[in-house]
Amino acid sequence: MRLGTLHLDRGGQIFLALLALTTLLVPILNLAVPADSPLHVSTFTVTLLGKYLTYALLAIAVDLVWGYLGILSLGHGAFFALGGYAMGMYLMRQIGDRGVYGNPELPDFMVFLNWQELPWFWHGFDMFWFAALMVMLVPGALAFVFGWLAFRSRVTGVYLSIITQALTYALMLAFFRNEMGFGGNNGLTDFKDLLGFDLQSDATRIGLFIASALAVAGGYLACRTIVTSKLGRVTVAIRDAESRTRFIGYRVERFKLWVFTFSAVLAGIAGALYVPQVGIINPGEFSPINSIEIVVWVAIGGRATLYGAVLGALLVNYGKTYLTGVMPDAWLFALGGLFVLVTLLLPQGIAGLLRRKEATA
Amino acid sequence: MPTRLLRSPLSALRLWLLVALALCAFAQAALAGSAELEQGIALIKTNKYDQVEEGVTLVASSRDPRAVGLLAALQDSDLYLRKADGRLFIATRSDAGYDLIDPLTQAPAGTAGKRDLKRIRINNRLRSQLRTAVATLNLTHPEASVRLAAVNEMLDRLDADSLALLRDLAGDEKNAEVRAGMTAAIALADLNADEPARRIEALDQLEGNLHPAVQGGIQRLLDREQDEAVRATAERVLEGLQFKRDLYGFAETLFFGLSLGSVLVLAAIGLAITFGVMGVINMAHGELIMLGAYTTYIVQQLMPEHIGLALFLAIPAAFVVSGAVGILIERGVIRFLYGRPLETLLATFGISLILQQLVRTLISPQNVPVANPDWMSGSWQINSVLSLTMNRMYIIAFCLIVFTALYLVMRRTSLGLQVRAVSQNRAMARAMGVRSARVDALTFGLGSGIAGVAGVALSQLTNVGPNLGQSYIIDSFMVVVFGGVGNLWGTLVAGMSLGVVNKILEPWAGAVLAKILVLIFIILFIQKRPRGLFPQKGRAAEG
Repeated sequence: MRLGTLHLDRGGQIFLALLALTTLLVPILNLAVPADSPLHVSTFTVTLLGKYLTYALLAIAVDLVWGYLGILSLGHGAFFALGGYAMGMYLMRQIGDRGVYGNPELPDFMVFLNWQELPWFWHGFDMFWFAALMVMLVPGALAFVFGWLAFRSRVTGVYLSIITQALTYALMLAFFRNEMGFGGNNGLTDFKDLLGFDLQSDATRIGLFIASALAVAGGYLACRTIVTSKLGRVTVAIRDAESRTRFIGYRVERFKLWVFTFSAVLAGIAGALYVPQVGIINPGEFSPINSIEIVVWVAIGGRATLYGAVLGALLVNYGKTYLTGVMPDAWLFALGGLFVLVTLLLPQGIAGLLRRKEATA
Repeated sequence: MPTRLLRSPLSALRLWLLVALALCAFAQAALAGSAELEQGIALIKTNKYDQVEEGVTLVASSRDPRAVGLLAALQDSDLYLRKADGRLFIATRSDAGYDLIDPLTQAPAGTAGKRDLKRIRINNRLRSQLRTAVATLNLTHPEASVRLAAVNEMLDRLDADSLALLRDLAGDEKNAEVRAGMTAAIALADLNADEPARRIEALDQLEGNLHPAVQGGIQRLLDREQDEAVRATAERVLEGLQFKRDLYGFAETLFFGLSLGSVLVLAAIGLAITFGVMGVINMAHGELIMLGAYTTYIVQQLMPEHIGLALFLAIPAAFVVSGAVGILIERGVIRFLYGRPLETLLATFGISLILQQLVRTLISPQNVPVANPDWMSGSWQINSVLSLTMNRMYIIAFCLIVFTALYLVMRRTSLGLQVRAVSQNRAMARAMGVRSARVDALTFGLGSGIAGVAGVALSQLTNVGPNLGQSYIIDSFMVVVFGGVGNLWGTLVAGMSLGVVNKILEPWAGAVLAKILVLIFIILFIQKRPRGLFPQKGRAAEG
């Protein structure tokens, strides 16, 4: 870690400190404190927190391209879901002959569809290292190809947003098809274990939680490193005046391409951590509304701060869990209202509000 | 020709005379016929094979359209004699014994127990006689459509009797379509003739006849035919048929494509104004469409007796409702966000969520039933290959009307002029005295109102539910972006061509894959021409 990375980043320092504290405390409160104690943290909560953390990582990835590069991607859910599917395929293969049909080679849904052998793209996913590689490679490759096409021909602004949305929409339609070989409508589920650890056990859940926390911290530091480096200066220049940056002599499309690809890889990792914790991945993850929701987390937390994205992801998702539990009807009103109010009254998000307070104090 | 007769009062009088004469002649024939009918019925009542046979012949020769029901019932062994009064009835089993129907008028005539009735028995000879008799009656029915249906049915199973009958009737047939069917049937039978010359002649007569039986008949001929000349003719005719079939098949695909394209254009055209002309990304556009569809539902609920009228009233109502909501959105939210398109996108997306939930809470989370008026259903059968469904025809027509109206508003009215001025150069327009804030609100209201009108049309095609809008929003954006922002013509061309391409791909790729392919195509197209098919020229294009 370079020394300068967290320099002058009060929000980031606080965020990382809190994250470290939570990561230390939660496992102790879950495993060591007896279940009847008020301080006990249930495994359900641990999993929920782990899920939020993967969302936070996703939000960081979106903030990197939106906040610092000016690309409003309405398709980041696609990279997230692809990472999730790669992990889901590994978990499917780990089920082995414990499925309903007891086929040692084929996942249940393929037996159900009367398939005789494993499709070629399922090979290799029985090895964790391969799956882990694919978690990064598949979203990265898609982002690279998509970005290469889009940035080279200078598709920008709203147009880019709309075709990213079309991308995730097309993928959703594709993954809904049974013929694709990804379980169609039902997706991949019924996972048993990961690297030999039972997914239902408390210890594995804690392990996944810690892994998510580490991934968020790592993702944050990596993005922070990027935005504080010279590369970050160029990306901000591109965000604010793309043509001018190009005229100065920077190859704008290359900067955009690599940062976009990196962001997609981060989203893929988030998806891979998300799937074992929620226990299912289905084509609904590709739906355009999911991708827009991510953007809202970032907008509410505050663009171009990174820690704001984390804050937004955590707050909105906590609100979602809470409201859908208490009054399901109100959730969409609340979310919709948040969109409108934040864009109208809080263009800098909560982070901007905090910063303003700091400046006046 | 009667139309020519009508041109002068004198001719009109002559026409009346003619009609009166014709009526007299018809009545006379009917009288003669009804005597035969009654005689025949009396013979059938005896329930003895020989006499029933004679009776059937008499009934058939009466040429009375009412006799068809009677003979068909007899053919199906559903004709019974009521012992009490010796009358004939069509009887069907029900819970309380038998339900009776009068065989001539087809009116319900009460019920009867099993013991009160006696079935009129038939044997195989009677059965074949009845088949011919029913066919004859149908082929001489006053309605051309009944005759046509009878001919088409006979084409599928030809025998010596029915052929003789067709030969008899073909000469007198007035309706061209029915006559074509009859000659086709005869020609099909002639394919079995011994002389090759007659087979060739028959083939020539079959040329271009699209009845499904024709193709099968020629194919069967080809399978057994030895004569080279006949084979060559048969192959040529078959090829011609296939070509014609392909042509009509393509016309049908085109029609489906255009109707899908019309739906796309309707959904997108409001967006072409708000997004294309004003540059506002309105993610709530789909929900404005949904509001239009719900307005249709509510108007129909208010006047359940007049579904068709309600549909017409729903058009202005939906325009007003969606337009008003649109103006509210513009005044309340969007005007604070001009020049920040990405923020507009988010805020309007929030509005779309609120509108969806509002409909769920206020009306119902389930789909609501919107009735289709009768004239919407049905189809226009051009021939046995091509039939155009009415609702698709209406949607194409409606789309073109809406487009034309919108185009005229934008090109010919002062509002349109101001809208274009503001969209091209806001500061300059303001300097010239255009009240840009008012123009913004009205433009947005216009685009939103059109979305509502689209909703009325969509309510007739798809399920109306809270998610209606979501399923169209991405397609709408694709159409506008593909067509080129700020260009109504572009939207029309883009929507129609995407619809047609989608339908052309569908047969070999499947509906979902076709849609995916179209999406990928657009994504790639945007790379090549980032400003769409018809880009705006000049400095306004530099976003």
